[in-house]
Formats: sequence, C-alpha cells, structure tokens
Amino acid sequence: MTAVKLSELPIGASAKIREMPKQGASFLRLREMGLSPGVTIQLIRAAPLGDPLEIKVRGYHLTLRKADAEQIAIES
Amino acid sequence: MSESVKTAPARTPVYAFCGNPNCGKSTLFNALTGLKQKVGNYPGVTVEKKIGETYSQHGHAIKVIDLPGAYSLAARSPDEAVLRDVLLGRRADTPQPDRIVCIADATNLERNLYLVHQILDLGRPVILVLNMMDLAAKAGIEVRIDRLEKELGIPVIPCEAVNGKGLIQLRLAMSRADLPLPRHSWDIPAPIAPAVSELAASLHEIDGKAPLIARAEALLLLTDQDAVRVAGSTTLSDQTTRILKQWQKRWEKEDMDWAGTLVNSRYDSIGRISSAAVIRRDIHVPSVSDRIDEVVTHPLWGWLVLGGVMTLLFLSIFSFAEAPMNWIGDRTAALSDWVKHVMPEGDLRNLITDGAIGGVGSVVTFLPQILILFFFMGLLESTGYMARAAFIMDRLMSRVGLNGKSFIPLLSSYACAIPGIMATRTIENAKDRLVTILVAPLMSCSARLPVYILMIAALLPNGRASILTKVGIMVLMYALGTVGAFGFAWLFKRTLLKGEPPIMIMELPPYRLPAVRDVVFHMIERAWIFLKRAGTVILGISILLWFLSAYPKAPHNATPTQQLEQSFAGRAGRVLEPVIKPIGFDWEIGIGLISSFAAREVFVSTMGVVFNAEHSEEDTSPLRKAMLDAKWPDGRALFTPLVCFTLMIFYVFAMQCASTVAVVRRETNSWRWPLFQIAYMTSTAWVLSLIVYQGGRLLGF
Repeated sequence: MTAVKLSELPIGASAKIREMPKQGASFLRLREMGLSPGVTIQLIRAAPLGDPLEIKVRGYHLTLRKADAEQIAIES
Repeated sequence: MSESVKTAPARTPVYAFCGNPNCGKSTLFNALTGLKQKVGNYPGVTVEKKIGETYSQHGHAIKVIDLPGAYSLAARSPDEAVLRDVLLGRRADTPQPDRIVCIADATNLERNLYLVHQILDLGRPVILVLNMMDLAAKAGIEVRIDRLEKELGIPVIPCEAVNGKGLIQLRLAMSRADLPLPRHSWDIPAPIAPAVSELAASLHEIDGKAPLIARAEALLLLTDQDAVRVAGSTTLSDQTTRILKQWQKRWEKEDMDWAGTLVNSRYDSIGRISSAAVIRRDIHVPSVSDRIDEVVTHPLWGWLVLGGVMTLLFLSIFSFAEAPMNWIGDRTAALSDWVKHVMPEGDLRNLITDGAIGGVGSVVTFLPQILILFFFMGLLESTGYMARAAFIMDRLMSRVGLNGKSFIPLLSSYACAIPGIMATRTIENAKDRLVTILVAPLMSCSARLPVYILMIAALLPNGRASILTKVGIMVLMYALGTVGAFGFAWLFKRTLLKGEPPIMIMELPPYRLPAVRDVVFHMIERAWIFLKRAGTVILGISILLWFLSAYPKAPHNATPTQQLEQSFAGRAGRVLEPVIKPIGFDWEIGIGLISSFAAREVFVSTMGVVFNAEHSEEDTSPLRKAMLDAKWPDGRALFTPLVCFTLMIFYVFAMQCASTVAVVRRETNSWRWPLFQIAYMTSTAWVLSLIVYQGGRLLGF
C-alpha cells in the first residue's frame, strides 16, 4: 500500500496524520504547531495560486507549503 | 520586634508576559500598564523590548516585561530566541523574571498550552490567563477553570482582555505573596529520560546552570536538532556536547525519532489535561471567520479584495495625508519667518531657518503619511487580514525566493520605505527579512514623485504630449523600481544571502474586530522611533548640507545662485562632475543629487536655487523654463529630453535618502548593510543611467 500524502487530500476532506518526516526544520515546527501522528486534520483550501495550503488542526487554521505537505503521510 | 514588621520586598518584582502570537497579550499588557511603558530594543538583535509598570492591589510597583510572541521555546526566529533567553536568564540586559504570566487563547487551547507546558518545566511561579473566554463560549468550548487549576497546580484566570474583564482578578493574583509552584509533571518518554537526566546533570555541573534551567535546556537540546541554535550566545561545554552527540548517534542507529517523540509526548500530556478540563460542543454552523475567508481567499474575489484594500490604503495615504502635510509645511515656513523676524540677520539665523527648520521640516512633512501607513498596517494585523494577504501573495513572492510576509512591507514602501522597513520585523527568517530590507527602497516612494513630475514636465513641455504619455512614463518608473526590487531579491537570495527555502508555516488567526487602542499605541510608538532615529540624523545632515551650501561666503551682494555656485556644495558638484558627466549630468545637477540626501524631493527646491527660479509647489513652470534654458558651457542644452529621462532612471534606483539609511542601520544593527545598500543601489543607478544616456545618444536622441 502506498502512503497517501497530505497534499493529495481533496479540499474539504479530513484525515488522520500517519507519519511526519523526522528531519527538516519545518517539520519540527509543524509538530510543535500540533501536527502529531493520530491527529485529525482538514484541508480547508489552497491559496488562489494553488500554493500554500490551509489546513485546520486542533481547532485552528494553519498554512503550509505544498512541498512540505507532500512529505506528510496521512491515513487513507 | 523587627520580625513582626513586614519587610517591603527588596526590589520590585518582575513579571514576564508570554504567549503565542495572536493570543491578545499586547492588549492585556496595554490594559494593565496603560501609558507606563518603555519601548526599546534588545541590544544586539532587532526585537522590540517592552517594559511596563503596574501596581499590586496594595499599591506596590510591579515591573512587567512584555516578551515577544512565540509558539515554542525551541526558537526559530529572533523574537522567539529573545523569549527563550529571557526566561532562561541568559540575557544580561534583562532581569530574569521572578514570575511568569502565560496568556493562552481559550479558543485554541491545545496549541497554546504547548508553550505553557514548556514554561512550566522551568519550575517558576506561573499564572495562566485564559483570554478570549467569550469567543470560546461562542465556539462551543467550555473550559472548567477549577479542573485546569487542579491539573496544572497554578492559578488560572479567565479573561476577556478586549472588554477589560478579568483584569482585577489578574492583578489580585499578581499581588499574591505566595504563588504556588506548578505541580506539573509529565512523563518524559522512557528511552529519552536517561539522556535528559545525563544532559541536565552535565549542564548543571559543568555549564553551571541552575538545576531546573538545566533540565529545560536539556529538553530543548533534544527537541531542536540544531544545538548551536539552542545554545544561542551561551556555548555548550565540551562534555555536554559530547553527551548530546553520543545519544544522537545511538538513536540514529536505532532509527529513533527522539525530537518527534518528545514533542508528541508533550502533546499527549496536553491532551490529557485538556480532555479533563475542556468540554467541547460541536457547532456545525461555519463561523463568521470561515465565511469571510470564503470571499477573501477566493480565487477571484480574493484578488479583488486585496486590490481594493491596497487601493484604499494608498488613497487614504495620499488624500488624508495632504491636509496635515500642507499644515506642517505652512507651520515650518511660519516658524522660519518668525525666527527671521525676531533674530538679527546673520549666519546663525540662516543656520536655524534654512538648516535646522528647513531640513527637519522637509522630513517631518512625511510624518502624516508614515502615521497613516502604520495605522493601516496595525489595522490589517489586528483584524487578521495581514496573514491572508501573505497567504494569497506567497506563491508570487516564492518566485524570487521570499515568502508572503514580505509583501506588505514591500507594498508600503511605495508610500515610504521607512515604515516598510520597520514592518519587516514580522518576517521570522533573518535572511528573508534582510533581503526585503535591502530591496524595499527600490519601490518608488512618494518623495520621488515631485522629482518625476518635474522631470516629466521638463521632458514633455506642455502641448506637445498627451496626458497618456505622461502617465505612461510615470507608470514606467514605478514598474522599473518594482522589477528592480524583485530582480535584486532574486539575485540576493541566490548569492549573498543563500539560505534554506523559506517556510510558510503561518497561523491564520480568526478575524477579529481591530483593537483600535492597541493599533494607535503601536502607531505612536513606531512614529516616535522614526522621529527619534531619523530626526537626529536628519538634523545633522540638514545642518551639514546647509553649511556646505552657505560656506565659504560669496562676496557681499551675491545672489543665492552665485553663493551656491562657489560654496562647498557647488565645489562638490564640480568634483562630482567627471563621474556624472558620462550620464549627462553637470555639476549643477550634481548639487541637486547631493542635496537629495535630506529627502529626494529637496532636489526640486535645490534646482530652484541653482537656476534662480522662483517657483511654488503648485506651479513649477518658472523652474521648468529656467531648466530648459540651462546650457553646458559649450552652449548645448543641459536638460535635453534624454537627460531628463536619464535623471528619472537615476532617481528610481539610487539610494539617496538619509532617513532610510538611518532606519536600515537601526533595523540591521550594523553599518554594513546600509553601506552595502547605498553601494549596490547607487552603482546600479549609475550603470543603468549610463546605458540609457549613451544608448540614447547613439540612437540619436
């Protein structure tokens, strides 16, 4: 089974985070902002030009670039 | 006997206010301290330092430090590093706070508790303020204060800072002599616990840190993978570094994600606390914020809203600022006249009227614009729209290697680079911020406008050209500056200031009604900084420029033009002539270029003196005529259309504004960057002018 990426989530859909990358400064910050495995996130929208993405996590709204979202695995 | 007398506290207790960005910390701080605030800078970094004073219920003074907003002690920006360093007692310039007030947004408790959780590790007395309780209730979130107090072991105070609710309770809590220490314990994951104790022991014994600080630092060293960043200015001892490396190596072999595990277990602990203390009713109606965002970030409407907001911003700058600008202009002229009236004629009088009053006046004239800009930016920030603008523009800004947060500072620079540069503090990444500062003055500011207008008028004498051509040239100048700014940003991000690709992890806070009081406070603070920094530099430069144009004295009865010709400024213009002759300028224009250092628009009045033409702001036609009559010694016309055009190109790119230099010096904390900025911008201006002028001549213009 191939992992589904956060960037592949359809707009409006929710999913649980399966795995966060171990390396990279941006992922540490994303974890600290509450993106931990098992947490449900919802993809709210993409910016008018397609990037960045807006997600809802732990009750608040957060933006991240598509390139980062591509490395976050979600449960399908 | 003496034991029964209550001794007054040895010194004023120091409280630190901490919290996530957008948690309402500043509103609370302003409400508590009122106007008793001192705003400055932390030495060595450009992070705002705010210290205020308030009183306990017994009337004793309490010192309050408003620390910058942060999401985590594992700092990622200069702001967050200051918070970490003050709390860990690393900053010599700031007393380590005795007690900490953590402010958390009740509508978003889990993420807000992350920082609180880290701070509780420090083992100091903490008061937790739950702000925005009304908004939380509206969102169906009920926080059981007593349960939260029991879980954390610290006083928890519900509050609505905007409505002034909960302030009395907070003051009461801050007045308590016996704040309990947090009974906070969380289970550090078993595989990591031995590493934490080993590191903490080493930090305590070898590096000489207090035990609880040592433990907190050990946790930070294991959370952030960059040990140098965590250590900040305090370098780690060899032993501590060795222990850290050993553990990291071991875990890497075991494929263990220690940082992630630590963060997750903290969130697990927070999850337990919040499930005990928070009751959530699901409300399925989309919030007002969601509905606003559907329009504001819509693929089509989003752009219209952004365009509309920006148009409104510029319209208000140019329309509302006009009356006060004229008023300031009139007042300074009146003041000048008054001094002329009461003082005997002489150099001292001229120094005061032409040097000090004239020079400072020409800069203070811009104050209304700067105030309006700061007010608008504060409003955008306070309502939450600023984050949306960054969200929409991020893609475009990423093309040149910046992120969306550079957009508003660059845009503001069309009005004036100073507020734009001062607004770059919201950019966390130091390199991105520096690049934004470096290119901001390339955006054509309003001080260039009078120069453009004069040059276009001289270039296209009335009747020959349509209004469309004039507007076209004007738009071309603005476009050139903009393209230049983005081009250089792209270049700097690839060469000089290469760094990791900027991240765009940004909270989109819910829309809120602006806290106008805070916005006005902020605006006044900013304007004051501008006046203090730029004002002093400008006063110096104005006096210097006056001196250069007033000395040495021409013989008696000399006209102002003759005086200027043989002054130091006139001589400097002649010295400059070999350099600027290839781009078509003579020494007279050279004087104008030099005088532009006070403010670019001064070029116009200098030309008035150089060519001895009486003119006013409304009507520049006598000056235009005088300029068109100006000749080189060999009889060629000086201001040919090509020279006028070249001069405009030069003004687009050259760094001529002393106030901007002063502000860049302050914001980058060194002379290196403002000097570099002067060098790169002015040489670009010269080279492009050379190409345009010589190319134009070859083409027969």
